[in-house]
Amino acid sequence: MFRKLPDPAAPTVTVTIDGRAHTVAAHETAASAALLAGMGATRRSPVTGEPRAPFCMMGVCYECLMVIDDVPSRQACLVTVADGMRIDRQPGARALDFGGEDA
Amino acid sequence: MAEASYDFVVVGGGVVGASIGFGLARRGARVAILDQGDAALRSSRVNFGLVWLQSKGDGMPDYGRWTRRSADLWTGFAAELRELSGIDTEHEQNGGVSFCLGEAEFEQRRNTIQRMHNQVEPWVYETRMIDRKEVEALYPGVRFGPEMVGASFCPHDGVSNPLRLLQSLHGALKTIGVAYRPDAPATAIRRDGAGFAIDTPAGTFRAGKLVLAAGHATTKLAAPLGLEAPIVPERGQLVVTERVAPILPIPASGVRQTRDGTIMIGTTHEAAPDLTTRTTTGNMVHIAERAVQVLPDLARLRIVRSWLGLRVLSPDGFPVYMESETHPGAYVAICHSGNTLAAVHANDLAEAFLAHRLPERLDSFHPRRFHVSQAA
Repeated sequence: MFRKLPDPAAPTVTVTIDGRAHTVAAHETAASAALLAGMGATRRSPVTGEPRAPFCMMGVCYECLMVIDDVPSRQACLVTVADGMRIDRQPGARALDFGGEDA
Repeated sequence: MAEASYDFVVVGGGVVGASIGFGLARRGARVAILDQGDAALRSSRVNFGLVWLQSKGDGMPDYGRWTRRSADLWTGFAAELRELSGIDTEHEQNGGVSFCLGEAEFEQRRNTIQRMHNQVEPWVYETRMIDRKEVEALYPGVRFGPEMVGASFCPHDGVSNPLRLLQSLHGALKTIGVAYRPDAPATAIRRDGAGFAIDTPAGTFRAGKLVLAAGHATTKLAAPLGLEAPIVPERGQLVVTERVAPILPIPASGVRQTRDGTIMIGTTHEAAPDLTTRTTTGNMVHIAERAVQVLPDLARLRIVRSWLGLRVLSPDGFPVYMESETHPGAYVAICHSGNTLAAVHANDLAEAFLAHRLPERLDSFHPRRFHVSQAA
């Protein structure tokens, strides 16, 4: 349904999505990069366990919560990609490790 | 428009009015509930959800007994609602705690618990002070801050989901044939023969008996009927975190985890003369700081929502129930803890309103206690 406009001049970065390296345009967000990489479901609902994926792409719906650089529950549609960024699925509710140090 | 006639009209469709209306209809009365719709302040939709005994009734023993009665009725009430509405109110009664930060707070709490215990029969509260080790045993794996020295624990305390409770009540009302009218807020109420006529934008409703349970709007409706509903509104703010895997198995005063995983953090007690509902950053920071003193790891969670609710508080904080002397058959019911008291409202209070006279056990709740000349 969607086709990405060709922009050969756009600078690129390399990110790791679901454990695999991808080269993406530097202006992408973590959410759009995950969609372009064909990741499909980017999280599971902590309430129902349903697979979910980015929806509004503008910071409103919270469907795009993902683990980015080991920090859980980030709104991936509001995070611009950066070189070396790790973007991972969020499997249900995040854990709160007592005495842990994630942001 | 044809005029509808009922045994009871309940003015107010929040948790208090809906619980009473439900109880009346379950006992055979034909009931209409007249409501304001979504524009209402609706304290029922902003509360913390506790079904809470341990802090209730200091200075009014009958309120302690009344609250314990409701806590005991809640499990059956929740089952009845689930059966009639298909909606689970998420009620749990596994006890609850009130954390103490520092020895001074612990001692103060111990004194309060002892004072409340001394005012009633021993079975009413059964609250006890527990030390840090006992608290840790109630919350396996949880790391508490160094200042958390202990807590009070009441085995009868519990929790429900207040949004589901209201939804479940409304579903049950529909199932049992109560007329719920969110399009018909009461604008004027008159005596009409032996009963009452209630004017609304959707026409006039007639009823043999009348219950005013309209939260903050009750005071104004009450006066012309010889009823009193003194309210000193209070603001309470809450913050809510992102969802996390289950870590807090039982609720505490001021911090609890919902079944969906969010952690609710409360609350403030602020005067609210103007009924505004805007949150204030300073107060939210204050309640979040206290929660982090109890549970330091909460600092790493994101706050995703905050809101402010307006408590329906009488001048002494205890419920007000009365029947009018000038307009017999007209009643008032206002209280802060509509969630906790929902079960007793749907049973004992409904029975009291169906009876010819209010029973003596409700005397303590009469607003004559606020009359200075009688108190002197």
